[in-house]
Amino acid sequence: MSLKMKAFKKSIWVYHIACSPCNNCDIEILDLLTPRFDVERFGILLVGSPRHADALLVTGMVNRLTKPRLIEVYLQTPKPRVVFAFGSCGISTGIFAGGYNTEGPIDKVIHEVDPEGIVVYVPGCPPKPEAMIDAIVKALKAL
Amino acid sequence: MIIFNYLVFPGFLFAIIIGLLTVWYDRKITARVQWRVGPPWYQGFADILKLFAKETFIPATAKRTGFVLAPFIGFSTALLVAAMLGVAGLYPKMSFTGDIIVLWYLLMIPSIAIIFGSSASGNPISQVGSSREMKLFMSYELPFVIILFSIAAKAHSLSIGGIIEYQRANGANLWSLSGIIGFVVAIISTQAKLGLVPFDIPEAEGELASGIMLEYSGSLLAIFKLMKALLLYTLPLFLITVFLGGMNLQGFGILWFIIEYLLIVFIISLIRNTNPRLRIDQAMNLFWAILTPLAILSGILSYVGL
Ligand code: SF4
Repeated sequence: MSLKMKAFKKSIWVYHIACSPCNNCDIEILDLLTPRFDVERFGILLVGSPRHADALLVTGMVNRLTKPRLIEVYLQTPKPRVVFAFGSCGISTGIFAGGYNTEGPIDKVIHEVDPEGIVVYVPGCPPKPEAMIDAIVKALKAL
Repeated sequence: MIIFNYLVFPGFLFAIIIGLLTVWYDRKITARVQWRVGPPWYQGFADILKLFAKETFIPATAKRTGFVLAPFIGFSTALLVAAMLGVAGLYPKMSFTGDIIVLWYLLMIPSIAIIFGSSASGNPISQVGSSREMKLFMSYELPFVIILFSIAAKAHSLSIGGIIEYQRANGANLWSLSGIIGFVVAIISTQAKLGLVPFDIPEAEGELASGIMLEYSGSLLAIFKLMKALLLYTLPLFLITVFLGGMNLQGFGILWFIIEYLLIVFIISLIRNTNPRLRIDQAMNLFWAILTPLAILSGILSYVGL
């Protein structure tokens, strides 16, 4: 493994995008970033601009309004980039499946513009912060 | 020998390594204040390496040359200041008359580079940030330069070496009434120069989405981060040189120097962790209406000999 890859794994800067969730997943993500779970131990930092981000934390099913915005923000994120799809909604559109404005789960939307894009699934409704840390660790191992 | 001094110790390489370690130290203190564990010691190095490995965007609306040039200008001046201060601390005899003025000018250039880069980026939010940075810049330089000149007048010398030797002969500047007032003013100005929390108005993650740095990514951002790390090493070193008699590398001097350095960074990060962000008009008020009169008072006191 190259030194750069090692550095990448030790310093993931995240940007949080809410794509029409019910907001529970977002609250859990905010919990994840509080001192109690202390993700800065692994070098994870919340940044204010997608240009600085390595990972996008996306929640919710993607609807017609948020789809173009999600794609725009995804393309603005410099490579290498990872997308974390949080919650049942993000993975499979969950309880919104078949809704009139549902544009599909996050991985489908991302793969439309970037077939190579890495999407990590974090199941749960909402996933616990512990589950999120577990997902991040597993994803970094698999990279 | 002198080339070694400029390039390795206590010049460029040393400054970068210590700067990045100081970034970690600052983040670790932040973590301890919040009862967390905090990042491992190599965090600063990992961040920079990762940023260099990432893709670099140049926005379509940006003015290319200015946008790319700005980080390099800021970084190289910060590097130069760090090396000059280090060498002057090692050999006080070697500094030339007026180098304190040169240093003062060079210390301004990183802020100007930030203003330059963010206004070249063509992003309206970045431009709000750069206008704020400009206002902040005008406010903190005034008390800072008054303090600097009162100290130069006290030492009857316009060179770093002269100020250091004056302090070695007569005791550090800090241990007098004028010195204490001056130190307080200087440390608050330093906080603003570093763009840390009560004065992170141009960066303001909550309202401006990291404002001045908004459009930077990849290696350009890495160079800006390196510049910030260097400033985090240089400005405390500058305070030590001007107020605490510089770095003395003989015998117990090293230990004393390390303690002083860690203590000053500790104070800076405590201020940053226990204060809310000021509005830009509040910051200007603070610097012009409160700290400038204090700086003048300290100048008068040092003239009287207190
Ligand atoms: S997965 Fe559950 S908690 Fe998360 S946004 Fe969907 S419905 Fe809400």
